Amino acid sequence: MAEQPMPLWEVFIRSRNGMAHRHVGSVHAADAEFALQAARDVYTRRGEGLSIWVVPSVAITASDPGDKDSLFEPTASKIYRHPTFYDIPDEVGHM
Amino acid sequence: MPSTSIFVDEIPLVRFCLGRADDALVLGHRLSEWSGKAPTLEEELALANIGLDLIGQARALYTYAGGLTGHSEDELAYLRDERGYRNLLLVEQPNGDFAVTIVRQFFYSAFADPFWRAMMGSRAATLAAIAAKAEKEISYHLRHASEWLIRLGDGTEESHRRAQDAVDRLFPFTGEMFGCDDGEESLVAAGVAINPEIIRPVWDATLAEILAHAALTRPRDGWMQTGGRAGVHSEHLGHLLAELQYLQRSYPGAKW
Repeated sequence: MAEQPMPLWEVFIRSRNGMAHRHVGSVHAADAEFALQAARDVYTRRGEGLSIWVVPSVAITASDPGDKDSLFEPTASKIYRHPTFYDIPDEVGHM
Repeated sequence: MPSTSIFVDEIPLVRFCLGRADDALVLGHRLSEWSGKAPTLEEELALANIGLDLIGQARALYTYAGGLTGHSEDELAYLRDERGYRNLLLVEQPNGDFAVTIVRQFFYSAFADPFWRAMMGSRAATLAAIAAKAEKEISYHLRHASEWLIRLGDGTEESHRRAQDAVDRLFPFTGEMFGCDDGEESLVAAGVAINPEIIRPVWDATLAEILAHAALTRPRDGWMQTGGRAGVHSEHLGHLLAELQYLQRSYPGAKW
């Protein structure tokens, strides 16, 4: 009997309240509940997380690396979109 | 060559702690034997994590028992002979196939989780604190083993057969968990320990629920293997201890 390949899941962990979930890696698991357990066992061994999301890797639609010139290159010349043209009063301190 | 073995003066509280510590150490050691051989990388880490949780629980209990007897945790773990080990026969059973490992973990966790939850009310403050930590850890172990058992039992024809075989083979070792000798009775009366019999309804309910999900059959309650708490072990423990204790026996006092 041929074994089914184990589906791949992307793992997102939120490290603190108020923070966003961040992508940390992926796990193989037969189903969602197991993916959650595997993510807990592989990625939260050192107290990294308060919340885990797992998402089937096949559910992710990715941009085509071949499109990167048309998607991302045009922004390079639009420096006025960076908020670096303001003088911050000293009293404001670190932003 | 002089023996390096120690003999422990086992007043009831010490004996009680050694029993629970030995359960955790021996089972944790068994899980460590999966390192490098687990079916997937994810499961490799899961089993190692559980093993480390258990060894941590054992250390806390050895330290507590050691304070009562004048032995260090290392001496209690490494220098007692097989007959001085007080663990359940269940936890020393070999890993077998993956189903045996999971069923062994399931049976132990389904017992140990409510056991430590009840122990959180112990009048011995140290034991109550150890219980609180252990219960949190073991409730995850139970979840992990339960999810696996459901998938193995309700999986393919082969996984179902192996899971049922493991249940049938290990079930006769579960009766020993509910034992309570005279020394323990005195601890129960003093509010330090609990009589494991009080958690039998929880154990029965967990088995009923998970085995039903897993399409597995619970063997009938019948004759049960005992002896571990008295130091009368199966042939497997000696081999396990030979590996676990080898370094301290060969190089007494060696440290990290």
